[in-house]
Amino acid sequence: MNIVENFDLFAPRLINKKELLSGGHRACSGCGEVLAVRLMCKALGENTVIASATGCMEIVTSMYPTTAWEVPWIHVAFENAAAVASGVEAGLKALRRKGKIADCDIKVVGMAGDGGTMDIGMQALSGAMERGHDMLFVCFDNEAYMNTGIQRSSGTPMGASTTTAPAGKVSMGQKTWKKNMAEIMVAHNVPYVATACPSYPLDFIRKVEKAKKVKGPSYIHCFSVCPTGWRCPSDQTISLGRLAVETGIFPLYEVENGKYKLSAEMPKKLRPIKEYYKSQGRYRHLGEDEIKMIQDRVNKEYKKLLNKVQCLEAWS
Amino acid sequence: MTKKSGPAGWQEITTGCVVLRSGSASEYHTGTWRSQRPVWNDQKCIKCGICYIFCPEGCVSQTEDGYFKANLDYCKGCGICAHECWPRAIAMVEEG
Repeated sequence: MNIVENFDLFAPRLINKKELLSGGHRACSGCGEVLAVRLMCKALGENTVIASATGCMEIVTSMYPTTAWEVPWIHVAFENAAAVASGVEAGLKALRRKGKIADCDIKVVGMAGDGGTMDIGMQALSGAMERGHDMLFVCFDNEAYMNTGIQRSSGTPMGASTTTAPAGKVSMGQKTWKKNMAEIMVAHNVPYVATACPSYPLDFIRKVEKAKKVKGPSYIHCFSVCPTGWRCPSDQTISLGRLAVETGIFPLYEVENGKYKLSAEMPKKLRPIKEYYKSQGRYRHLGEDEIKMIQDRVNKEYKKLLNKVQCLEAWS
Repeated sequence: MTKKSGPAGWQEITTGCVVLRSGSASEYHTGTWRSQRPVWNDQKCIKCGICYIFCPEGCVSQTEDGYFKANLDYCKGCGICAHECWPRAIAMVEEG
């Protein structure tokens, strides 16, 4: 990290001023996902085509007959956001070859929520990554199907109460561990994979800019807080995202050509996950034993990641 | 409440329901949802821009003298700016 980048961390006003997602979209107040989309658009700039799967971001930004987007945007079904994005990329390539459009660099972006990425859109995404299209796929992970009313997805973490995995006398809510989507993408051997969180806006923008420059498939897993579904006050959106990173529940890292690198934002010593859990209504029912069980798992996962960072340095 | 205008008849609907006016969602003013409004104290403001960067609506903008203000047509009153402002220059005030 050079001095200029370090300076960048303290100068939020240096980012692109142009808003490519207009006001008047219908996201809930305090939505972390729409903030992430706004920052992503700032980083991508105007020469972008976005293919968006069904989900919160499709509903809130495109209330017919209006749209909040100022870049070309297409809504597609849950399962084929990555397939459509790869088709758009191939189509642009063909038009450029035939001289129908100017020879300029246009980035194609697929975006989906955690359901559209981890559950339903998984095979289309896997295929697009394997074919090596020049595209970026961004997953906005708010850890359940928030748009339809907080149903569990494979991104829902252990112990969270959702409407289809409710906590009660016999159940502690979600009974399975969260799927590690970023690792699945690393296994596809794509040039760039990163995890990001809009609570660290400059880190997030830098990662999107980096992914934009990559010639080939890239994937960004973005952690976005949902005050409605997580049962927390709307003003805590940013601080909860920060806590998720500081407790190690959602570590920020990037993988460039198989080489792991921990982001500068990660603290040297992790905070206990209890601090993150106590302010959210979806974890209110958890007892000490359950939190301890989850804490053990978080520690193990983080240790595994640190091991990868250390041993894979040999790749460089 | 702003009135939502739709196509008058089926003849006006574009093929594939394509919307040709970009950014037209701004015709709808989400400010009517708000129960609290942010108020800036310019004496405490250090012009860091953290309220601008963290606003999910993108409704916070910088004035010519460098201070920040929210466009209350779109501000939903989530309180993120007041919570994140570390010189505590923003206060949330009840509407009405």
